[in-house]
Amino acid sequence: MVLARDEVEAVFRREHGLIMAALVRTTGGDFDAAEDALQDAFARALETWPRDGVPLRAAAWLTAVARNAATDRARRERVLEKKLAARPEPEVMAVPESDEVEDDRLRLIFTCCHPAIELESRVALTLRTLGGLTTAEVARAFLVPEAAMAQRLVRVKKKIREAGIPYVVPALDVLAERLEGVLAVVYLIFNEGYAATAGDEHVRRELCAEARRLGELLSEQLPSEPEVLGLLALMTLHDARRAARVDARGELVLLEDQDRSLWDRAGIELGLALLDRAFALRRASGPYVIQAAIAAVHARAARAGDTDWEEIAGLYAELVKRVEGPVVALNHAVAVAMAHGPEAGLERLALLEEDLESYHLFHAARADLLRRLGRREESAVAYRAAIALTANQAERRFLERRLREVTS
Amino acid sequence: MRYLLLIYGDEKAFAGLPAKELEGVLSDFQAYTASVKEAGAHIASQRLRPASTATSVRVRGGKKLITDGPFAETKEQLGGFYMIEAKDLDEAVAWAAKIPGARYGTIEVRPIWEM
Repeated sequence: MVLARDEVEAVFRREHGLIMAALVRTTGGDFDAAEDALQDAFARALETWPRDGVPLRAAAWLTAVARNAATDRARRERVLEKKLAARPEPEVMAVPESDEVEDDRLRLIFTCCHPAIELESRVALTLRTLGGLTTAEVARAFLVPEAAMAQRLVRVKKKIREAGIPYVVPALDVLAERLEGVLAVVYLIFNEGYAATAGDEHVRRELCAEARRLGELLSEQLPSEPEVLGLLALMTLHDARRAARVDARGELVLLEDQDRSLWDRAGIELGLALLDRAFALRRASGPYVIQAAIAAVHARAARAGDTDWEEIAGLYAELVKRVEGPVVALNHAVAVAMAHGPEAGLERLALLEEDLESYHLFHAARADLLRRLGRREESAVAYRAAIALTANQAERRFLERRLREVTS
Repeated sequence: MRYLLLIYGDEKAFAGLPAKELEGVLSDFQAYTASVKEAGAHIASQRLRPASTATSVRVRGGKKLITDGPFAETKEQLGGFYMIEAKDLDEAVAWAAKIPGARYGTIEVRPIWEM
């Protein structure tokens, strides 16, 4: 049987998180040793799989081989250190009979997303160890040079080792607080793939898919956490609209202008079902559940005109109480405008001006409401302010189109 | 693992506390120290004199340079420390969060470089 290198790589990528999680435990929290051992196992797979075929229990096979490699390496290092030639041979582990590789991925994700690690490094480490992205891929996803990303990963692994960041699922009394940090990392990975319009399309899709895989993993392991289901529902609903978000020329299409026949119905049904599961847990709704509920209102509207803006405005009012930051307050104002007219929205925006005057979307939202009221001159001023403040090319082109509309 | 918990805070604000409140904070510190000892996690702890009493020493080209004041002038100053034994960073952070000074200032948690 001939097996191409990328087939081995595909298996490797799929099982990476699971095997790394088991290995980090074997190596007592040493990420570098775990990675080295996994590389050894990969090399062995490249040698033997093309000849013998992919083992039935590929993850178990790779884990066993990598564990042996880790034990071997540790022994060699000890030998070097102590200059002792005679040592008992390491115990050779057989491939386990059952298909089970102990699932330590939950521990691994809590370690990678520990609050003592800088947020960007948490994201990078999570993608590297759980997602199995190469350092080059992670670097490309964040538009930084590979050497810089490699250095960042070295620093963070050193911190884990030397500061004693534990390899455990946090105790119940801190689980909710720590889970928040994990979910933030997962959502950031998703948004990096979803919201960015720059960068490699393939890498961005991979980021969204990885974020959803992590969300699924968390929902399997922590099935009674509504926020986990809420985040997974939110990502699923957003992803279902992906095809309609950008037009043929790569320009952004606003939600109200999207061709809803391009939405992935199966994805929407899946997202709605996840949201129902979150509600069924009957716990106070957190920010991800509320955001998913907002996405669900949009998803249920067959036409933009059918959108229940009253409900969305109500949901944003709840969200504002739980999440600080300009984006949520701004979206609330926009929802109020849609539900109760542009004047009501402008009144709300006026209250936010002091905090948000350097935020381009504030001016864009204001410009849009003024445009709807036919106050074209004021609208043009606001569009110009928004354009001056935005760095994103697709957004800038969109705002310039709108500016031409109100000045023509 | 051993960790050093460094207590940073605004000395001026602390010195300006009414006597009653100051007494309260000090007795909180005593209670905290007792709880660390009781848990068997206590290695050492001290309160420091204010940063205005600090002297900084550098040796450059074999020459001793002595200056008045702390290493860096900052809004929050090092006011004391605990050295503790903890299983991992989570346990050390849990102890740090219980230090009364954490409510006013910042606790820096540093692992000891074991030789």
